[in-house]
Amino acid sequence: MANYRIGIDVGGTHTDAVILDANYQVVTETKSPTTEDVSTGIYQAMRKVISHVNIPLEDIRYAMLGTTHCTNAIVERKRLNSVAVIRIGAPATLAVKPLIGVPDDLKDHLGKFVYLVRGGNEFDGREITSLDEDEIYKIAHEVKGLVDSVAITSVFSPVSPKHEERAAEIIKEVLGEEIAVSLSSEIGSVGLLERENATILNAAVVNVAKATADGFVNALNEEGIHAKVFFGQNDGTLMSIDYAVKYPIFTVACGPTNSLRGASYLTGYSDALVIDVGGTTTDIGILVNSFPRESSLSVEIGGARTNFRMPDLVSIGLGGGTIVRIQDNGEIKIGPDSVGYQLPEKGMVFGGDTLTTTDVIVALGKAEIGDPTLVKDLDKELLKKIYAQMVEQVEVAIDKIKTSAEPMPVILVGGGSILLPDQLEGASTVLRPENFGVANAIGAAIAQVSGQIEKVFSLDEMGREKTLQLAKDMAFEEAVKAGADPDQLNIVDIEDVPLAYLPGNATRIRIKAAGNLAEVLDGAGV
Amino acid sequence: MRYIGKQEIEDIAVGAALLGTGGGGDPYIGKLMALQAIEEFGPIKLLDVDEVPDDALVVPSGMMGAPTVMIEKAPSGEEAIGAFKSLEEYLGKEVYATMPIEAGGLNSLLPFALAARLGLPVVDVDGMGRAFPELQMVTFYLDGVSATPLVIADEKGNTSLLKTINNVWAERIARTSTIEMGGSVMMAIYPMNGRNLKESGIHHILALEEQIGKAIRLAKQEGKAPIKEILQLTNGHELFKGKVIDVNRKTETGFARGTATLEGLDSNLGQELELKFQNEHLIAKTKERVLCVTPDLIAVLDAETGLPVTTEGLRYGARCVVIGMPCDPKWRTEKGIKTCGPGYFGYDVDYRPVEELVLEGVKTIG
Repeated sequence: MANYRIGIDVGGTHTDAVILDANYQVVTETKSPTTEDVSTGIYQAMRKVISHVNIPLEDIRYAMLGTTHCTNAIVERKRLNSVAVIRIGAPATLAVKPLIGVPDDLKDHLGKFVYLVRGGNEFDGREITSLDEDEIYKIAHEVKGLVDSVAITSVFSPVSPKHEERAAEIIKEVLGEEIAVSLSSEIGSVGLLERENATILNAAVVNVAKATADGFVNALNEEGIHAKVFFGQNDGTLMSIDYAVKYPIFTVACGPTNSLRGASYLTGYSDALVIDVGGTTTDIGILVNSFPRESSLSVEIGGARTNFRMPDLVSIGLGGGTIVRIQDNGEIKIGPDSVGYQLPEKGMVFGGDTLTTTDVIVALGKAEIGDPTLVKDLDKELLKKIYAQMVEQVEVAIDKIKTSAEPMPVILVGGGSILLPDQLEGASTVLRPENFGVANAIGAAIAQVSGQIEKVFSLDEMGREKTLQLAKDMAFEEAVKAGADPDQLNIVDIEDVPLAYLPGNATRIRIKAAGNLAEVLDGAGV
Repeated sequence: MRYIGKQEIEDIAVGAALLGTGGGGDPYIGKLMALQAIEEFGPIKLLDVDEVPDDALVVPSGMMGAPTVMIEKAPSGEEAIGAFKSLEEYLGKEVYATMPIEAGGLNSLLPFALAARLGLPVVDVDGMGRAFPELQMVTFYLDGVSATPLVIADEKGNTSLLKTINNVWAERIARTSTIEMGGSVMMAIYPMNGRNLKESGIHHILALEEQIGKAIRLAKQEGKAPIKEILQLTNGHELFKGKVIDVNRKTETGFARGTATLEGLDSNLGQELELKFQNEHLIAKTKERVLCVTPDLIAVLDAETGLPVTTEGLRYGARCVVIGMPCDPKWRTEKGIKTCGPGYFGYDVDYRPVEELVLEGVKTIG
C-alpha cells in the first residue's frame, strides 16, 4: 500500500518542503520564502510541494512540521498566554523570586500572577515541608477567568514530582480539565531558576502551538490530505499534536536539529560534524549515534536562561547572502549581516550593487549562479583573500565544536553550502549528499519518536542495575506515549552523573528511547 | 563608605568569577540574590576596612555544601538572620558588619544579599583574595583567628552553633550537619573584631573585582579584548596564549582534579602549556619551565571576550589567554605556602613568585 510523507522545515530565509515515499526516498523537494507570520509560508510550501507530484493525496499519511512559531512568539513577546506562575518551595528560594534575571519586557507579559507556596523537597526526596494545599486552592480561585495557562515548579521536583502533581490536580479541580498546566518535572532538570523559566515559557506558548497545529491540519484538509501530523522537536525526534501542545517549548531550535538528522540520513553517517549553511548563518553541530550532541550549558531563549536539552551548536554569521566589505585600511569584513532573501535583487551577479559571498564564489568560478559577467572585473587577488577568510572562519568554528584534534567526517548541507570547498582543515572527508539543500525538511520527514526521562535516583535503594532498568522502562513508556511503535524501541542515549557531596549514591540519570512511528491504520486522521 | 547598586553588583560578579581562578562556584545565583535584595531593600552600604572600629564585631558570611543543591533549593534569605542572632547571643555582642570569606566565585556575592536584608554594611575585605576549597585556607587562620564559634543555618529555621577544638573538627562536624539540613546552608564563620580584620584581611578586594568587571564590560561595548586592563589592575602577567587541545579530568576525593593542555598561538606558536587544576587552577607550566604556582592566581580568559573560563568550561578548541597574578603577600609566608601552596595540593613543585618566574623567562629568551 502506497504511503507518502511530507516534511516541512521553516528556516530564517526559506521554508523547505519534501515528499518522501514509503522507503524514505525523496520524491520531490521545494523551497519557498519564509513569511513574517510563518504560517502563510508553511501553507505555500505545502501547496507547492504537492503540486510538483502526481500521487493520490490520500496516500500522504504523515506530515512532519519543524516550525519557529514558538521561538518567534517568545522572542517577539507576541501572542503569549496569560500565565499563572506557581513555585512550591517556600520558605526556601524566597531570596530569588520567579522571573528574576529575565528581561523586563518578558517579565511584564509573564509576571502578572506569581505565587510562592510552602512545600517542595530536599535533594534526597524528603519534604522541606508539606504542600500548602489551602494556598493552592486560594490561588486557583483567585486566577480563575484571568489566566489560561499555569506553570508549576516545585523544588527538587526532578527527584520527587509529587507536590507538582498534587498542585496540578487542585488547579484542574477548580479551573476545569481544559486549563493548560505545565509541570517543571516534565520539562527540565535540576537547576530551579532555569527549569522554572523553561516551564513558564512553555506555559506561555501553549495557545501558539495549538493555533499552529490547527491551522496546519486545516490547510492540509483543504487540500484533501488527511495525514497524521507531527511536530519536530529540538532533540531530533517527533511529537504528536497532543504532546506538542502540552510541551511546545521543545519545538524551539528544532531547525538545526532537523538539518543534522537529515545529514545523517542522507549520508548514512552516524558520527560526524554537520555544517548547515543558510542565507544568513552557518550552524555547526555534531552527530553522535545519529542524534545531535546536546549542550551542557544553560541556553537563553528570548533572554531567559533555561536548562532544558538543546543541540550543541556553534553559529557564525556566514551565509549565501552575507555582505562583504573592504574597509579603508584594506581589511576585509565578512558579515555578520546578510541581504537574506533579497539576494536575487541585491547580489551583484543578479545585477544588484551589494558584494555578497555568493558573488565572491561566482567570480572565482566556483559556482554558476546569476550572471558571472557582472562580477568578472573584480580584483581576483582580493577575491581569493576574501574566500580564504571565509573558509578560515568556518575552520575555526569547526575546531571550536570538536572535542578532540582527531579529524572527523564533515557533511555539508543547506542551500549556502556551495560556498565551501571540498577540503576543510579538521575534516577527514567532506561529503555533499544529494538533496543537500533541503536536508532540514528531510530530517523532519524521517524523524523517529522518542521519550526521555531525566531524574535523580538514589542508587543505594535498588542498586545500579535495577535503577537503570527502571529508568529505561520509564523512557520506553514516554516514547510510546509520544507515538512510537512499542515493538521497535531503542535506547539512543544514556548518561548517569554522580552528584558530588551527596550521600546515598545520588545519581542523575538521563535516558532517551526512540523508535519508528507506530503504523497509522487506514483512514485514521488526526 | 559608599553604596553598592545593581550595576556594581553586575561588575563585581564578573570580577569574582575571574578571581575565582576557575573554581569557587558560579556567581550567578549569588548575583541574582544580591540584585533582588537591592530591589527590595535599596542599595547596600560598603565600608572601607579603616572605617570599622577596632572593637566592632565583623562576621564573614557565605554558603556551605553542594552548589548543585543550592542552584535548586535557593536560600530563603532569612537564614543569616538566625545565624547572626545565635552568634550575638553566644558572644554577647552585636554584629557590626559582614563580609565575604572568599572573593572568588559564588561566596563573594552572598554577603551583599544577607547584608541588605539585615540592614548591615559589607566591608571591602576578604580572607583569600581569590577562591580556595577549604575552611582553613584564609589569611585569618594564618594569624591565629579561630573559625569558630561558627553557625550554620537552613531555610527551615534550624541553626547549629559549633565551638570546636580546631578547624579540622569544625569542617568535619559542619559538613555532616549540612547534609542533614538539606545539603546547602548559610554560614557565619571566623567572627572577629575590627582590629583582627585590619591586620589579617585582604583589603579593597571588592573594589578590585568591580574594576575588573567594569573593564571587561566597557571593553565589550567597544569590541576590544580587555586583557591589558586586567593585567594592569591585578599587576598580572600574560603567561600564554593558546587553544585547549586536551583536558584530562578525574574526580578524586570530592575535587574536580585534572590537567589541561594548551597549544600555543601567535607569540607562543610551537609551545605547549600544561594547566593543573583541583577545583581552581593551581599550576601553569610549559615543558621547559614553571610559569605560575598557587597561591599566586592563575586565570584562564576567553581570548575574544576576556571573560573568565571555569575549569568545567575548559574544552577542546577553546582559545584562551592564561594570566598569572601575584597573590596577597600574606600567602607568601612560610605558613601561607604550607597552607595552600603546591605541596599541600600534592604537587612536587616549589613555590616561587610569579613575577620572578616571568622575569626569568624573559632573561632566558633574551
